[in-house]
Amino acid sequence: MPALLSPGTPAPDFALPVTPDQKLSLSELRGRPVILAFYPADWSPVCGDQMALYNEILSEFQKHEAELLGISVDGVWCHTAFAKDRNLHFPLLADFEPKGAVSKAYGAYFDAAGISERALFVIDKDGIIRWSYCSPIAVNPGAEGILDALEALEK
Amino acid sequence: MSTLKIPISSLDHVQGNAKAACTLVEYGDYECPHCGAAYPLVKQLQKHFGKRLRFIYRNFPMTQLHPNAQAAAEAAEFAESKGKFWEMHDLLFENQDRLGSDLFAELASNLGLDPGELYRALAKKTFTDRVRTDFTGGVRSGVNGTPTFFIDGQRYDRPMDFDTMVKAIEESIAS
Repeated sequence: MPALLSPGTPAPDFALPVTPDQKLSLSELRGRPVILAFYPADWSPVCGDQMALYNEILSEFQKHEAELLGISVDGVWCHTAFAKDRNLHFPLLADFEPKGAVSKAYGAYFDAAGISERALFVIDKDGIIRWSYCSPIAVNPGAEGILDALEALEK
Repeated sequence: MSTLKIPISSLDHVQGNAKAACTLVEYGDYECPHCGAAYPLVKQLQKHFGKRLRFIYRNFPMTQLHPNAQAAAEAAEFAESKGKFWEMHDLLFENQDRLGSDLFAELASNLGLDPGELYRALAKKTFTDRVRTDFTGGVRSGVNGTPTFFIDGQRYDRPMDFDTMVKAIEESIAS
C-alpha cells in the first residue's frame, strides 16, 4: 500500500457523490480549511462512533471555518440512511465507484479488507495537506489532533 | 497515547481521598448504555480499592444521539449546586431507561430539592456552559466516545471489565 500522504503535499482533487444526485469536489471548498475523515464503514457501534463524535463537535471545527467531510467506501444510499439515523450534520462522501479510488490516492486504503483506513487529513485554504494521521483501524482517534492542526494553521 | 489535558480542580466532582494513590476520571453521558453498564463497574472498583482510588466524573453528553443527555447532565449540575451531585448522578444512572423531565422532577423531590427550581434552571440554561466546558476539555484530551476513562491521566483503551481495569489501576499505582 502507498504511504499516507504527508504534510506539504497538495491534496489530490476529487469529486464524489454526496447525495444520490449530487457530487462534491474538494476544489469547491478552496479558501477554507477542510478536514477529511476516512473511516472503515458506516454502522459501527453507536456511542464509540467516530462520526458521532465529530458531529458533536462540529461547532469547534466551525470556529476555524473548517469544513468536515467523512469518506468511506459505502454507497450513497447507505450513507444517507446512516446520516439520518445518527443525525449527522456534515457530508458523507461515497468512495464507492471505482471502489476506494480516492482513499487510495491519499494512501488511506486497507487493501486486505477492501475498506478505507481510519485516516485524517487537515487541508489548508490553498489545498495543501498540513496534517495527516492514520489510526489503527480499531481505535477511534478522537478529535484533538484535528483541533491542534486547525489551530496551527492560524499561527 | 492520549492524556488528560484538564487538571483536576475544585470545579470537579470528586469522590474519595485527595491523596489517593490513583485517580480515575470518567467522561460520561447519562443516556449512553455503555456508561450505564460502567456505572456498577466503577462502584465495584471503588469498593475494591477503597482509599487508594479517587474518582472524578465529567460530562460528555452525546446530544445528537441522546436527546436527554444534556438535560440529565444539567440536572446533576443543579443537584451539585445544592450539594447533592453524587446522589443525583447515581439516581440518573439507576433510572437510565426513564430519563426525561418527569424523572428529573421525581428525583429532585426524592433528594429534597425543588423540582420547580430545577425546571427553571434547565429553561434558563443555567448549567449549560458548565456541561459544555467539561465536554470541550474532554475533546482536547482525546475523549473519543462514552464512556472514556483516564487512569492517572492516561486514556484507558483496554476492555472495560473489572479484572482488566483492576490490573490497569494496579499497574499505574506500581509505576
